[in-house]
Amino acid sequence: MPVAAPVRRRPRRRGGPTPYVLMAPAVVLLVLFLLVPIGYTVWLSLRANRVSGGGLGIRTERFVGLENYTSVLTDSAYVDGLLRMLLYGLIVVPSMLGLALLFALLLDTPRVRFGAFSRIGIFLPYAVPGVIASLLWGFLYLPDVSPIRDVFEGLGLPAPDFLAPGGVLFSVANIGVWGGVGFNMIVLFTALRGVPREMYDAARVDGAGEVQIALRVKVPLIMPAIIMTAIFSMIATLQVFNEPATLQPLTDTVSQTWVPLMTIYRDAFVNADIHSAAAASVVLALGTLAVSVAVLTLLQRRAFGRDR
Amino acid sequence: MTALTARPAATSAQPTQRSGAVKARTRWVPTALLLLGAFYCLAPVIWVAIAATKGPSELFSTFSFWPSFRGGFQYNVTHLLDFRDGVFLKWALNSLLYAGVGAVLSVAVSTLAGYALAKYDFVGRELIFMTILAGVLVPQITLAVPQYLLMSEFDLVNSYWSVLLPSIISPYGIYLSRIYAASVVSDDMLEAGRIDGAGEYRLAWKVGLPPMVPGMVTLLLLQFVAIWNNFLLPYIMISDDGRFPMTVGLFTMLNQGASQPALYSLVVMGVFLSVLPLVALFLFLQRYWRLDLVSGGVKG
Repeated sequence: MPVAAPVRRRPRRRGGPTPYVLMAPAVVLLVLFLLVPIGYTVWLSLRANRVSGGGLGIRTERFVGLENYTSVLTDSAYVDGLLRMLLYGLIVVPSMLGLALLFALLLDTPRVRFGAFSRIGIFLPYAVPGVIASLLWGFLYLPDVSPIRDVFEGLGLPAPDFLAPGGVLFSVANIGVWGGVGFNMIVLFTALRGVPREMYDAARVDGAGEVQIALRVKVPLIMPAIIMTAIFSMIATLQVFNEPATLQPLTDTVSQTWVPLMTIYRDAFVNADIHSAAAASVVLALGTLAVSVAVLTLLQRRAFGRDR
Repeated sequence: MTALTARPAATSAQPTQRSGAVKARTRWVPTALLLLGAFYCLAPVIWVAIAATKGPSELFSTFSFWPSFRGGFQYNVTHLLDFRDGVFLKWALNSLLYAGVGAVLSVAVSTLAGYALAKYDFVGRELIFMTILAGVLVPQITLAVPQYLLMSEFDLVNSYWSVLLPSIISPYGIYLSRIYAASVVSDDMLEAGRIDGAGEYRLAWKVGLPPMVPGMVTLLLLQFVAIWNNFLLPYIMISDDGRFPMTVGLFTMLNQGASQPALYSLVVMGVFLSVLPLVALFLFLQRYWRLDLVSGGVKG
């Protein structure tokens, strides 16, 4: 294993077999639970069960090329799910990050009171698992129990139906925003705290107000952190499953194929069609990868690999 | 620095306000907006605490934002704990086991790998690191299906291992550990140790590990929450309800509730009880958070 490394700028770092020993557990687990599953998925996605012979033929698994992919991409339920997920992302990511940035900037403003209380309060939902959060909000949405409806009725207003076909996407998005805003706020607030206070003094001397300082000085300074949170929020969005899956027992408006992962789950575990599920997984993973890489290249290369 | 711990000194006690003319008046608009945000985030949790005091007959009939004192709380607690011979407690212990053991092992693996990636040049390093970055971007959940199939090849489906093993590997954790090791472990001290003839493992233990501890604690918390909150992996892997974590257990209970509405008040109580430990964990451990790790604020 200890191959003599080509001469680098910093030869002192080599250390013989040591790095390989330290890496070994991670590499073994990466291979077993990342690379092998990816490879296996791709392999499965290219095969299918086909009935060979006449009417009562035997079902055999064989290579079918890209057939699964064409059927996945022409499956209107899956494509609808993909579009719904994109729409969900377009709602969740900007509103969640917008609120997180707003709260972080507000917390960083001088002479704000109850800062510690608000910070911990807004962060609290991070401690609530997505499924539990969905159960919680599910009860808040459920017409028979909903306190929000009670409030509306108390005011003599028509009570909103959060689980109606038109609104359910927003109701699910709200759960995502609620669960994610606190963590992102803390990350951005931490970044703001890392900025030396003197950076703002010049702007203050020039007579800039807090709002101007926030927008013109603070936001550009923490841009790398904003980009990081944006990327991870997007990846999380593309994996949305827990919230709609949890709401499903409560309402008929969330179908079994509401988002791609629900379709994949149904194909794999309800319909026992692992080949379609594999193809749909590959499509989703490639999509995520493409979106992430595109955003990274578009915005900045600084977010990753900035450690040297 | 730490984000959750209060640092009032940094804002209010700053003596550099330009002149005495600037009054230290509270800014009410930002304060009000923040309190509104806190209300939005806290209200559902408060609601569930109130709803937990209501028995099955009251949950659907009484005003939501007023607790009930007619024994609903005790009813819910006792019936939840009796539910299928105390399976709820088992779920809680399972969650603790998955998240606790998984997070500790995950941090150990990530720290070793992050240290090696940051402090050694070796053949294959870039390849491994690129794989890890790709791993950060691939949705973990899309891997759950093939992981299930692989686990069934090895007869591990429905065992504790089937949830624990995939939880240990965290590309994101390795990535963060690498950044952290690069910024806090001193190359000069390592070099000095080498000149003194110390072995590489001894150096890793004595020089590399100590400065990494704060980052490891943060990573431990992040991983603990990630595994505690995980739903799909145990949902797919585990079929025996004695091995469910709390998330899957309460979800299946809710599914039953669709046909037995009396269960709803127990689910509400279960939700309430399951939120408590993590909230407590956060309040106790807030000063150990070093989220500048996540925001990229650690300077290399």
